[in-house]
Amino acid sequence: MSTQPLPTPVAAPPPSEGGGVTTRSIFGRFQGMLFVLPAIVALGLFLVYPAYYTIRLAFYEGSFNFGFEHYLGLKNFKELLTNDPDFLDTSKFHGFNIVQELLYKSDGGALVNNIHWVIFYIGFALVIGLGLAVLAVRVRYERAVKTAIFIPMAISATAVGIIWLFVYSPNPDTGVLNATINAFDNGFHPIAWLGRPNLVNYCLIFAYVWASVGFVMVVLSAAIKGIPAEIMEAARVDGAGEWNIFRRIMFPMLSLPLSVVTIWLFVNVIKVFDIIYVMTGGGPGTSSRVIAFTMYEETFLNGRPGYGAAVAVIMLVIIAPIMVLNVRRFRSERVVA
Amino acid sequence: MATVEQAVPISAQTRSERFVRFLTRSPIHIGLIAIALIWLVPTVGLGITSFRKPNDIASSGWWHGLTQWDWTLHNYGSVIHATGMGHAWVNSLIITIPATLLPLTLGALAAYGFAWVPFPFRDTIFLAIIALMVVPIQTSLVPLLKLFREWHLNTPHFGIGAFAFLGIWLAHTAFGLPLAIFLLRNFFITLPKDLIEAARMDGASNLAIFRRIVVPLSVPALASFAIFQFLWVWNDLLMALVFLAGQPDKAPMTVRIPYLLSTYGQEYNLLSAASFLLMIVPLIVFFSLQRYFVQGLLAGSVKT
Repeated sequence: MSTQPLPTPVAAPPPSEGGGVTTRSIFGRFQGMLFVLPAIVALGLFLVYPAYYTIRLAFYEGSFNFGFEHYLGLKNFKELLTNDPDFLDTSKFHGFNIVQELLYKSDGGALVNNIHWVIFYIGFALVIGLGLAVLAVRVRYERAVKTAIFIPMAISATAVGIIWLFVYSPNPDTGVLNATINAFDNGFHPIAWLGRPNLVNYCLIFAYVWASVGFVMVVLSAAIKGIPAEIMEAARVDGAGEWNIFRRIMFPMLSLPLSVVTIWLFVNVIKVFDIIYVMTGGGPGTSSRVIAFTMYEETFLNGRPGYGAAVAVIMLVIIAPIMVLNVRRFRSERVVA
Repeated sequence: MATVEQAVPISAQTRSERFVRFLTRSPIHIGLIAIALIWLVPTVGLGITSFRKPNDIASSGWWHGLTQWDWTLHNYGSVIHATGMGHAWVNSLIITIPATLLPLTLGALAAYGFAWVPFPFRDTIFLAIIALMVVPIQTSLVPLLKLFREWHLNTPHFGIGAFAFLGIWLAHTAFGLPLAIFLLRNFFITLPKDLIEAARMDGASNLAIFRRIVVPLSVPALASFAIFQFLWVWNDLLMALVFLAGQPDKAPMTVRIPYLLSTYGQEYNLLSAASFLLMIVPLIVFFSLQRYFVQGLLAGSVKT
């Protein structure tokens, strides 16, 4: 393929002679633009403009050719948040028990499922990843453990889905999870892990945690190794126990990488789609749908592009604070540097 | 050296302290090995299943395959030929390679501009690009699909059928670019200033500096991004599902496997072989270029 999508900028200017300087400086002012231009055009055409289009479409009904037909105002959003039990079923919340309902019930629609994902996916991935990072540095076979944990990171969510379909298989002769439980408890009735509305989300979440922990571990492990050894030694000499070293030295020094990892997990979990599409297709019924799944389903399967666009806009709104955070962090880092 | 070693407090440990250390450590070993096993078993199980005979798979768990060594490659033969998975594997490559090279090239050029060639509003534009890094793909699917339909990409132009892939290449390029620019710009800016100034003094054009100095010195960063993007595109399901919908002969593996699942849901032999074919490329990349891979992931932690 072409390595020069740019019109070649000025040929090498004559090294000496004063007259060239002015042309060069005028040209030079825009020369940087020429380097940046192809990327900006690609971003504008295929990322920024489409985002604008989708936001606008969210206020229309839309049609099969995705045009702006039937202006609806905010009706799509209103419908989504108040009248679509597959997206948000507020009738399941009683009184002041919202927290309890959020944690223990999973029939509140795609948005509530996604909140479950946020809590349990991020929680498990952080705890397991941090634990592994802290413990793995203490053993001689660190590399082997890390490789084993990291391999799923390389695998496509499609393959992760198939792998875990096998693990969760309800047939105790083939599904390793049921077979393991069966080995300990003989009268055990094999469980259809993905067939129960109250279990399916957690099974999916664990499969995705399995695929993501490697990243958390690697980032935190690199950060732990970056903590100056003198600080740890000084604490040990002063008689600090391992737990205190972890709590008072490691943990505070890990706050930045922890926040980076948490943001990564958060963005990941808001966009989660592939693994659900492969493993359950949002089922049984609609019990394992999430936001991104609803967007796909409404737009491409139910033929409601305006409604799907509204879901996409909700995703964008949830992720917008992360955009601000990233920009802010970059700016402050530059001030320091 | 001797003085340094004396300063290490471990040598001052008493016997009882060592005993306590051993006791407190055995749970660490058990825990670590248990977790490593949990993380390995599902993948190994899939791998073993893919080499077993269909009858064996249906009648006994894959772990019996560890003792009964009648493995076969037959599953791979049937999945590649009968279900078109070999074709899909090639499609995955056709999609992935340009969708990696394009953002790499455009991103490197732009990153050079942002790092070394001043122009008006440079920093503002750069901050905007950082913000674009986490924009969800979902906000672009519909408008891009509309655009690509208007281009009639699924009919051959000038007798070239590859135009069908143009849409997905461009979409992946746009979504890879912010990360490419961010990563590469941050690397380029650490290159020695004197070197670039000296080249400018000698009359080298910016393009010459980019090609002769910046690119050769930035191979690790370029490789990290290239690997990250390659795996991202190879593993992507959603974009291929949307942009190549209704064209089964263009579908990559990630799209064909769920299709296989819906038609041959109980044929574990086919599913496992197909998934293993899908995994094999990332695993080869992972084991051969582990260092760049991890670097790319660490650097890519700002994207999803």
